[in-house]
Amino acid sequence: MTRISCPFCGPRDHAEFSYGGDGSITYPALEAPMQDWHDAVFLRENICGWQVETWQHLHGCRMWLKVERDTMTHEIRSVAPAHPGLAAALESGL
Amino acid sequence: MTRFSAWNVFWQGMSGQRGWSRQWRDPESKPHYDAVIVGGGLHGLATAYYLAKTYGLRNAAVLEKGWIGGGNAGRNTTIVRSNYARPGNRQFYEHSLKLWEELSHELNYNVMFSQRSHIALLHSPGAIDAAARNYNTLRRTGTPDAEIWGLEQLKQVVPHLNYAAGARFPVMGAAVQKRAGTARHDAVVWGYARAADQLGVDILQNCAVTGVERDGGRITALETTRGRITAGKVGFAVAGNTSRLWSMAGLGRLPIESHKLQAFVSEPLKPLLDQVMVFGMGGAHFYISQSDKGGMVFGGDLDWYTSYAQRGNLPIVQDVAEAAMSVMPCLGRVKLLRHWAGVVDMSMDGSHFICRTPLDNLYLNTGWNYGGFKATPAAGWWFADLIANGRPAPIIADFDLKRFERGLQIDERGAGPDPKLHG
Ligand SMILES: Cc1cc2nc3c(=O)[nH]c(=O)nc-3n(C[C@H](O)[C@H](O)[C@H](O)COP(=O)(O)OP(=O)(O)OC[C@H]3O[C@@H](n4cnc5c(N)ncnc54)[C@H](O)[C@@H]3O)c2cc1C
Ligand SMILES: [Zn+2]
Repeated sequence: MTRISCPFCGPRDHAEFSYGGDGSITYPALEAPMQDWHDAVFLRENICGWQVETWQHLHGCRMWLKVERDTMTHEIRSVAPAHPGLAAALESGL
Repeated sequence: MTRFSAWNVFWQGMSGQRGWSRQWRDPESKPHYDAVIVGGGLHGLATAYYLAKTYGLRNAAVLEKGWIGGGNAGRNTTIVRSNYARPGNRQFYEHSLKLWEELSHELNYNVMFSQRSHIALLHSPGAIDAAARNYNTLRRTGTPDAEIWGLEQLKQVVPHLNYAAGARFPVMGAAVQKRAGTARHDAVVWGYARAADQLGVDILQNCAVTGVERDGGRITALETTRGRITAGKVGFAVAGNTSRLWSMAGLGRLPIESHKLQAFVSEPLKPLLDQVMVFGMGGAHFYISQSDKGGMVFGGDLDWYTSYAQRGNLPIVQDVAEAAMSVMPCLGRVKLLRHWAGVVDMSMDGSHFICRTPLDNLYLNTGWNYGGFKATPAAGWWFADLIANGRPAPIIADFDLKRFERGLQIDERGAGPDPKLHG
């Protein structure tokens, strides 16, 4: 069974989490051209191999996480808070 | 190749079944084909068949990395129906169903198409209204066998659903398509392969495409594990692997994600369910039919996260078992025999693509989500038409990669641009 090491709660079964999607997508500014929005909303790299994605620890701390996962083997290489502020707080031990 | 006929079956029966010949050849690959279809699933084989049969393109090949039918063609739950309501889908799937009705004759191969009805359970007045609206649309636009059933009628036909007062999901009625049903998926693969082969199409198994050679806006050759093959026209029909082929061709991103979907078969039972039954409520999703061998064939949702692995996870097993128990409690003691997963290409609106591509001689068939088995005959038919004529026929005109730029989403579920939500 796949486990995800939540930086806040520790290793948990992935069934506690909800999959967000491709974490490499950055949404453009609201006034950005239509094409940029189209690309961000509709187009995907759809990588076979290592992919950065978002998961939410729905049945735990409810934090959004950035997870590096191999889409072929389902191996997980790294898990970090998705919010940079939280990541910084976690690192500084606050 | 021996043609199947009542006489032939009788004669073989009398003479020890020793006179059957190979169903299709195992040819050497030629260095050049006028048309090459990548992907020996149902769509690839059907396309090659219609290319040869309807358009006389006989110097054609189907390239399959494993064995034909080893992908989703052999992993699906075999449901065939045409009760799609959105414009475009409606016409397309009804055309497909009409082709299914003649397929065994067309291919001289018994694909065991069984029109046993498709029954979608309804659990709220709102769901009944929505289904009635869709089914009225179907009846008025060429799908006459769409019906809305009340509870009494449903109880008579399918007596062993959970009709108890305390049921978690009380049933209120059903949306029924009577000409819908199931077919034997392997037989469809073998039937199309045999028919295409007979028309001269080379079916090359263990032939993975590993690279794509381009000359500007054209594909010139495909590198394969069985050598380099040059091609006049190329069609991709590789289901969940489209993005990999697409990037080999240097084409960037697509509006699809690869997800895996699991299916389950139980031990064989005496006749229990004579229809295809579908249940969907909120997050719960379950569909079931009984195979001709007696096994209960069923499935539910995707695994929710993108994946290229043809293996499933346990939470979905639990999910599907829970849904099964809440609508058909009599399944509680039935033993599970096998379960497996296939990699499906989930599109952004839940509908498919049969279209031209940025490359002149490359054509694309993808985005079937988890409903592409029923599409097989029409997908092959119209993909062949597209490849042969180099332009989309009106029936597939909206199923192109640019539809989102035009503001068009053919979104049967109304789930928005999130592939994992399109069941
Ligand atoms: C569990 C499950 C249940 C389903 N249930 C239903 C259902 O009840 N009804 C329904 O209508 N649909 C259903 N589907 C969906 C349906 O099976 C698919 O939409 C459909 O089969 C896809 O088309 P295909 O058969 O051509 O794909 P596939 O059979 O997957 O064919 C693609 C082929 O391409 C090959 N390939 C990939 N990469 C390469 C390469 N580089 N070189 C050469 N070959 C390559 C693969 O090996 C594969 O054989 C289900 C799918 C799954 C997984
Ligand atoms: Zn947590």
